[in-house]
Amino acid sequence: MKLNTRINGRDLCLEIKPNATLLETLRQAGFKSVKFGCGEGMCGACAVLVDGKPRTSCITLAGTVEGSEILTVEGMGNPDQPHALQQAFVDAGATQCGYCNPGSLIAAKALLDSNPNPTAEDVKDALDGNLCRCSGYVKRIEAVLSAADSTASTTGQKKSTRGKK
Amino acid sequence: MAKTTKKTTVKKAATVKPKVSPAISPIPEAPRFFEKPETFNQVSHSLTKVDAMGLACGTQKYVADVDFHNLLHIKVLGSPHPHALIKSIDASEAEKLPGVVAVFTWKDVPRVMRTTAGQGFPEPSPYDNCLLDNKVRFVGDRVAIVAAESPEIAEEACSLIKVQYQVLKAVFDPEKARDKDAPVIHDEKDCRVPIPIFYDPKHNHCSHVETRVGDVKKGFKQADVVLERTYYPHYAQHCAIEPHTCIAYLDENDRLVLRSSTQVPFHARRITAQTLQIPIKKIRVIKPRIGGGFGGKQEVLLEDVCGLVTLKTRRPCIWALTRAEEFMAARTRHPMVVTIQSGVKKDGSITAISMRIISNTGAYGSHALTVLSNCGSKVLPLYRADNIEFIGDTVYTNLPVAGAYRGYGATQAAFAMECQMDEMAEAIGMDPIKFRQLNHIKEGESSPIFKALGEGREGVDMSIGSCGLEKCISEGMKRIDWAKKYGKPGTGVKRRGVGMCCLMQGSSIPEIDMGAVFIKMNEDGSFNLLLGATDLGTGSDTVMAQIAAETLGCRHTDILVYSSDTDMTPFDVGAYASSTTYLSGGAVINCASKVREQIVAVAADMLGEKMQDITIEEGACYGKGRKSSVTFGQICTYAMYEHKQFQIGAIASHISHASPPPFAAHFAEVEVDTETGEVKVLKYVAGVDCGNAINPQLADAQTQGAALNGISYAMTEEFIFSDNGRMLNPNFGNYKIFSTKDMPEIETFLVPTYEKTGPYGAKSVSEISINGALPAIGNAIRNAVGIRLTRPPFTAEKVLAALKEQAKSGKKASSVKAETEKKPEKASKKTPVAAKAEKPVKPAKPAAKKAKASEKKPAKATAAKKKK
Repeated sequence: MKLNTRINGRDLCLEIKPNATLLETLRQAGFKSVKFGCGEGMCGACAVLVDGKPRTSCITLAGTVEGSEILTVEGMGNPDQPHALQQAFVDAGATQCGYCNPGSLIAAKALLDSNPNPTAEDVKDALDGNLCRCSGYVKRIEAVLSAADSTASTTGQKKSTRGKK
Repeated sequence: MAKTTKKTTVKKAATVKPKVSPAISPIPEAPRFFEKPETFNQVSHSLTKVDAMGLACGTQKYVADVDFHNLLHIKVLGSPHPHALIKSIDASEAEKLPGVVAVFTWKDVPRVMRTTAGQGFPEPSPYDNCLLDNKVRFVGDRVAIVAAESPEIAEEACSLIKVQYQVLKAVFDPEKARDKDAPVIHDEKDCRVPIPIFYDPKHNHCSHVETRVGDVKKGFKQADVVLERTYYPHYAQHCAIEPHTCIAYLDENDRLVLRSSTQVPFHARRITAQTLQIPIKKIRVIKPRIGGGFGGKQEVLLEDVCGLVTLKTRRPCIWALTRAEEFMAARTRHPMVVTIQSGVKKDGSITAISMRIISNTGAYGSHALTVLSNCGSKVLPLYRADNIEFIGDTVYTNLPVAGAYRGYGATQAAFAMECQMDEMAEAIGMDPIKFRQLNHIKEGESSPIFKALGEGREGVDMSIGSCGLEKCISEGMKRIDWAKKYGKPGTGVKRRGVGMCCLMQGSSIPEIDMGAVFIKMNEDGSFNLLLGATDLGTGSDTVMAQIAAETLGCRHTDILVYSSDTDMTPFDVGAYASSTTYLSGGAVINCASKVREQIVAVAADMLGEKMQDITIEEGACYGKGRKSSVTFGQICTYAMYEHKQFQIGAIASHISHASPPPFAAHFAEVEVDTETGEVKVLKYVAGVDCGNAINPQLADAQTQGAALNGISYAMTEEFIFSDNGRMLNPNFGNYKIFSTKDMPEIETFLVPTYEKTGPYGAKSVSEISINGALPAIGNAIRNAVGIRLTRPPFTAEKVLAALKEQAKSGKKASSVKAETEKKPEKASKKTPVAAKAEKPVKPAKPAAKKAKASEKKPAKATAAKKKK
């Protein structure tokens, strides 16, 4: 069957099997940042934004995103022009093996899109579905908070007082 | 105790040393000490991880991130029984299924016994398994291999394979595995050990280690208190988010290429060649980016199967484990039964330590001996005691296979030892921190254990060159606010407590591990750094680039790192035993020093100066008085194109003659709900002495990650088995690893020391911090509510049961309350509350008696000791 979506700003028509997951569909279409971790929607490595909301693509049937707009980490930025969050992950040392980073960055982006001024607790809430075995999460929380700061300072948004991490 | 008199043959492996004069020998003499520069330009700086931006933008490639035309998908049929003979196996229906390309059963493959443990050759692990066998030994064991056009077809084909099993009696309890009536798991005639070490598979007895220093019997007699307790560190899985994945294909020269998520590419090449009986030269192993390993990928689990399928079908294939397969059929931490008996005097001196271990390796003996040895060698040297005994046995059971897991035995033994340290302190009424400070090893001191316990052979004698433990302790105490919090559980339903522990690990396996490096210069002044060392997400590529840049005199961004490709890079044992920074980093210095010498020589030629007058700074060479200069780019261009042309480049390797321990002190603060048993870790502090951290940010990240993994292991991670040994919770929904909302406040800090045998003063950092959570949290729970938990994880059910038990035996938590209502005193002087609230479960006197009764046989010196 045919699937019409907009992925990372490009309209695409993909040929898919009716039972194909969004994860395998995206990977077959070349979006390799979307990772398989558990196949059960438990680890978040496969998270992508579907119409702005984070979804675990391994348990999402591709057919259900017909007409939707999808964002993967490739669409957030590239090494030449990284997204503030990607830069923050690099600067904070939040990338270790990096396998869970795309999913985590997607979850972080969803958070900042809806709450540009999050507290550490908000960040923990937003990233709770993205398992990481390398980092202990400390640096990625710092990264998201600092990305929020840098975005806010460029957009001139006022910061509220943050809770302790 | 039946085995205590058994003699072990932990012999030195037969290595023939050629008798050539060192002056003319091409065999390199690695320096024992590296020079310390006056300042560091690249090292000791938190420079950006070289692959970070690619990882954050999703452009870095892992095993499965490349497309192959015509790719086959592999599924392996797993055994439903924990122990059974395959009486008959019929794959004809599976083969008929459209899309199935090949099915292999034990009848179709050569029987070559080997180990899957990715260790140096010859391995200290038994050759007790083969590609496919006619016997299965745990639920999930390989029965048949299917290669098909899609994973779905392969899976369906698996269900069509008709297998008739003769189910055999199974054994799951490691303490019963050596019983007379226990079924023999390895009754095959061809299982063996490749080195002369103890191995008795007929009694499910996989390995045995025994070491004695002094006379523990005498030591117990000298003690004022003798305590004995048994601890049960449990199963755990690594849970790297990237599952084990391997792609195999034939290259244009018809060679087998394995693109694999491995920590040990060179061992993977060797073991795959051995298993498939093809020459090593026919195989190339490529390690791309790896999504975490933690020891789980120090195992050659997939490469043989993928190699077989590609060689037989001449098509590329992929095998990626499912999460359930990761849990059930990959590797796990060895669960253990650790019994510690120790004697202590009232003045705080430890008179004797006896550590007895039964380690459960599951169905196969992967890392069985070495994990066991590490229980002693990475834990016992930490505290001074004149009389030490270490008796360890690894047994086979019909449970999932254990293997290497970050910590590697030290995790299990440190749990027991560090809880015991608190128990001893409590028994003599001494503050547990003071007790540790009194007894821990210090700079310039040695331990007989270093020599006595090696990895499959005798260890290497060494003394401690750097130890920042004291500072780890004092700083950690401040950060957790020990003085205010220790022994003050409060009075409500929720009680609080703090606990701590001290830790050590090693840095590489001395005189066994080797790493090698090749550096070549490019005409823009950049360098290709090709090395076998395996970055599995740790950041070792970056660390190596920093060490190279520091030695060469340029920036780490001018170093182009390519690691772990058996065709393209020199050998390295791989990423394990906390070795990469310490060992491979040494090889980088050796290699870069040679290259630097060549650069200086060319610069001297170009500038018409003497070599000794040339100085290097930020990628340029300066003549005497800095009057003239040439850039690295000009130097390489000159050497390539202009005069007496040659490639500026070198190869070098490194072995170590020591394994200097990093040290750590960990602290935990917990809150225990006495009504529900729920334990909440409020704060965790980890201080580490990893020598001079090459990249402090990466070292810190290693510490944070290891600490949280340890906390998660201590609190929630648990294998739950059915009656027939099937793991019932092989998924992240039911095997709970910590996520962001579970994490306590974590504080980590590095205590810099300078280790002279390490590259630019570095020691290891990767493993040590996973060992702290079990004892630190265990001790904190004891401090909060007076219970001693010996069977982790510390779930609410277990805590509640222990609290009820405590209440039943009359030692109510209220006694803790009564004690704590006293005016707070200075913690360092105060008698621990719990000590008064509840005496040790095994009171001192009977324990001492037991020690006497059990010490029937005279203590024997080990083979290692005799050699002295």
